[in-house]
Amino acid sequence: MNDTNDVEEAVAVAFREEWGQVVATLIRVTGDWDLAEECAQDAFAQALDRWRRDGVPRRPGAWLTTTARNRALDVLRRQAVGKEKLREVAVLTRDGEPYDDDSGVGDDRLRLIFTCCHPALPLEARVALTLRTLAGLTTSEIARAFLVPEATMAQRLVRAKRKIRNAGIPYRVPPAHLLPERTTGVLGVLYLLFNEGYAATAGADLVRTNLCAEAIRLARVLARLMPDEPETLGLLALLLLHDARRATRVDGAGDLVTLEDQDRTAWDRAEIDEGAALLETTLRRGRPGPYQIQAAIAACHTTAPTAEDTDWADIAALYGALLRHVPSAVVRLNRAVAVGMSEGPEAGLALVAELEREGDLAGYHLLPATRADLLRRLGRTGEAAEAYARALEDVENDAERRFLEKRLAECRSA
Amino acid sequence: MKYVLFICTPAGGEELSPAEIADDPRFTAYIDEVRSRGIGRGGARLRPGSDATTVRVQGDEVLLSDGPFAESKEYVAGIDIVEVTDLDEAISLASRHPAVLAGGSVEVRPVWE
Repeated sequence: MNDTNDVEEAVAVAFREEWGQVVATLIRVTGDWDLAEECAQDAFAQALDRWRRDGVPRRPGAWLTTTARNRALDVLRRQAVGKEKLREVAVLTRDGEPYDDDSGVGDDRLRLIFTCCHPALPLEARVALTLRTLAGLTTSEIARAFLVPEATMAQRLVRAKRKIRNAGIPYRVPPAHLLPERTTGVLGVLYLLFNEGYAATAGADLVRTNLCAEAIRLARVLARLMPDEPETLGLLALLLLHDARRATRVDGAGDLVTLEDQDRTAWDRAEIDEGAALLETTLRRGRPGPYQIQAAIAACHTTAPTAEDTDWADIAALYGALLRHVPSAVVRLNRAVAVGMSEGPEAGLALVAELEREGDLAGYHLLPATRADLLRRLGRTGEAAEAYARALEDVENDAERRFLEKRLAECRSA
Repeated sequence: MKYVLFICTPAGGEELSPAEIADDPRFTAYIDEVRSRGIGRGGARLRPGSDATTVRVQGDEVLLSDGPFAESKEYVAGIDIVEVTDLDEAISLASRHPAVLAGGSVEVRPVWE
């Protein structure tokens, strides 16, 4: 008998590390995305039971893949699919040989992300599909990352899978000459993957480090694979510079610590140095893009010796540059914060008011939270409290909720 | 898989007859490729939208109108049916169609089988 907690932990670890691989293999073998997910889920459920009885296998990934594959064979047999298909599945899975292709993509999961990011799918569906299928994020987590209702996201995933099946989108690595055009989607996936880990949208953990580590791992592989594409280096630099601050974003009690209150001596120097060096290399090529600009913004923060030394005017200008590449309301909100810091809270409030009038960010807790912070800095605590209360209506993450509650209490007692 | 390629060209553009297309050097590479790979499953060059008649029925009455069912900047000038391995092959072929190279577009639709 194995300790229940140990087994649950082992299954949780296996889920994080192996989910994508298991699903990916099953899709390749069966050609059926829904069946692949279903059988992978089934294998993880069986693992809880069997590992408790028999112990955790030496290679959990192989155990899970075999279990899921057998389940798929059962289902296909019951569906009485042609003998040919069954033979295909059996043959494809008998050898443990890696899937052959001519793309030059070495990393298995990266190869699979590229396949998910087929340009015949809408960009958002590509990103969502990869997060669901390869990273194992739930539909609700992805919906939150895209700021859309869960039902909308579920529909988007269904449609994407249907198109893959009906339109004959191949499940294989694109040949080398097609790789660059698939890069935009892949970068988007890695960025959202990291973000989901950095500030998990729901539940108790603010930081789910495994998602961050996975995103960085894949970004490294991508940067090695496409060293001439400035944005892949820009993305890796950005992720490293964010990740350097990860440990200081929450305190011992799991509460959020703002950038200005973070212990800068605890930031990861090695990651900052690596990120800054990468950024410098890539900026020298003179082909800036959204990831390089965001990395430059992150570098402004991580290279300032103290919070007071932060060059907010520079950051506001960089957000202005970013807006030319990504004209989104979220970027404008970030620019409002920087303007509020460099030109004074009133200037920031004016920009926030514009966003409120336009309504694109309705339901996004950081909009009222930003207004609240600017009002707090002006000493208008009564109005700040009202805005904090509104932010609390929409916040989902526990650590962010506690932070907003603390600020609200401070404003009410001021 | 079978795909229908809807060859769309800008309305009011050049109108080549099937015979002219067969002799046009811009089409040679495409036609040769489809023939040599044996992927062609039929197709047709269509007369322009101005020669179209659209039929509708309302109650017992058959309603006819002159022209295509929808006016647009592009119209379907022809269809090609091809049988290839997957969407990537269909896209690759479509991207080399002379109509696309001349500013038109190709809609790639899988055949419902």
